Amino acid sequence: MLIYALKRLGVAVLVMFTVSLISFMLTRVSGDPAIALAGEGASDEEIEFVRKQYGFDRPLFVQYVEWIGRALKGDLGESPYLNQPVTEMIRERIGVTMTLGICALMFAIILAIPLGILAAIRPNTWIDRTALTLSVLGQAMPSFWFGLIMIIFFGVMLRWLPISGSDTPLHFVMPTIALGYYATPAFMRLTRSGMLEVLASDHIRTARAKGLRWGKILFKHALRNAIIPVVALAAVQLGFMLGGSFIIESVFALHGIGYLALVSISRSDLPVVQALVLLLAVIYVVLTFLGDILNAFLDPRIRVR
Amino acid sequence: MTQTENGSQTMDRGLGLEVVFPTPRQIMRRRMLHHKGFLFGAAVVIIIFFMAILAPVLAPNDPYKQDLSLRMIPPIWQEKGTWEYPLGTDNLGRDYLSRLIYGCRISLLIGFACMLIAMFIGTVLGLSAGFFGGRVDMLVSFIITVRLALPAFLVAIAVVALVGGSMQIVILVLGCLIWDRFAVVLKATSQQIRSMDYVAAAKAAGCSVFWIISREILPNALNNLVVVATLEIGRAILLEAAFSFLGMGVQPPIPSWGLMIAEGREFMLFDPYLIVIPGVALFTLVLGMNLLGDGLRDVTAPEGRS
Repeated sequence: MLIYALKRLGVAVLVMFTVSLISFMLTRVSGDPAIALAGEGASDEEIEFVRKQYGFDRPLFVQYVEWIGRALKGDLGESPYLNQPVTEMIRERIGVTMTLGICALMFAIILAIPLGILAAIRPNTWIDRTALTLSVLGQAMPSFWFGLIMIIFFGVMLRWLPISGSDTPLHFVMPTIALGYYATPAFMRLTRSGMLEVLASDHIRTARAKGLRWGKILFKHALRNAIIPVVALAAVQLGFMLGGSFIIESVFALHGIGYLALVSISRSDLPVVQALVLLLAVIYVVLTFLGDILNAFLDPRIRVR
Repeated sequence: MTQTENGSQTMDRGLGLEVVFPTPRQIMRRRMLHHKGFLFGAAVVIIIFFMAILAPVLAPNDPYKQDLSLRMIPPIWQEKGTWEYPLGTDNLGRDYLSRLIYGCRISLLIGFACMLIAMFIGTVLGLSAGFFGGRVDMLVSFIITVRLALPAFLVAIAVVALVGGSMQIVILVLGCLIWDRFAVVLKATSQQIRSMDYVAAAKAAGCSVFWIISREILPNALNNLVVVATLEIGRAILLEAAFSFLGMGVQPPIPSWGLMIAEGREFMLFDPYLIVIPGVALFTLVLGMNLLGDGLRDVTAPEGRS
């Protein structure tokens, strides 16, 4: 177990390093950052001043080492647009995105697992087919459009829910659904195929032959085994949701880090964009690492591989 | 065993009865015709494909022509709708139906082009990982992990914003970011095929690596490749729409469906048709693509259903 964990940790650290290189390069390859920071119509002297000020005239390697060294200490630089430390800006907004991501994940799991179990108990019946149809339809729906339609329907026509902002828990209901439904099919299919596999196995037959109650077999013997891969998927999906939440944040005007990223991109606030790409990638790597470890802990067979 | 005219084989089982075995092509056709999802998906994709090609013929008006005296005419099912503009007009007085029809071109073009770029990158990575194994496999797996760790959509938007949004840039950036599924699937498939006897035979016969990959492995991986390609077109179309919706993709006045939703958003409370119509079009096309892809998988490899 320890060897497995160390191996995973090694890969995770390597991935983080590569990702940090990419997010550092992101703002360099797409043009001269000094020109972007100085803004349109800046004179040559102004651009030269910005270049000196931010140290863009030094070798890339030196710049990277300095940037990553400060980032490791929690200092992600300063936003030239707002003259505010990037770390502070992120800290103010990350709560909203985290809340949204976790709610959306919960929503997807709570919807998907019962559906997956039902579909597995009654394969190829109308329950199974309805669940499958719903997942196919859901996969084709653009989440930002679904969000807008919900705003028209629940926000404006029925007036049940607030349509923008993040002041109360009610504000999170529609964004949660809009972000979460897209992940539902993946969880559902995994639960269904896992359950089908486990239900066909010998220990379930033995349990039934022993005369155990069906409900007990289902939840105590089958679900426990079938649910293991869902854990790893949950970690991966949460990472994807945090990385993709900005479109939902934009639709519902939630001021999380996704919204911050969009606004920063549109005003070429490069240090913020850079920091957010790095942060989201690191969160993803940490989540998948935890998912892998948890998975190996729950299912000893994985450790051997 | 004798061959009949259409290529199917008949065999005399010694009972005086001729048993007719259908050819693989016949089996495939039968499966296709009995797969409802496949038929529906194929129909949707073919219809939209022809709408894209025949856009100049089908569109009743010029999709770019603005006329402010004709702005916000509601669609035909509302009280004030007219047959002249069956789906109404937008806030600049452009015919919505014509824009919708021309939008098919944008979505299909971007979806297809992105898929080609992604297919090239993913296939090269996946094939080499699966065929060579060992260190190459480790390297490719690492590249895939890094790609998945990057918040791809955010990176894409940042790059598009920095370089400047245009259709070519959007295609290039999206294509370079969505190759992961190609790589994963091709890797698994070529690993499987590599252990087949015919590959061993080709190796023993002294065939070059290039020959084995192009003549033995790639043709046998083709089914999976086509399935992933179809599904990826759908994904690319959704991503392009999201890009354009955020104003970071295709630029106005091009009639991209995502852009149409963005433009209609301002007026959606009083004129919801402005966002409902392009959204439904987008949904239908992506649904068709996904059903086609899922259907192709079921038809070509019915045992591999999940």
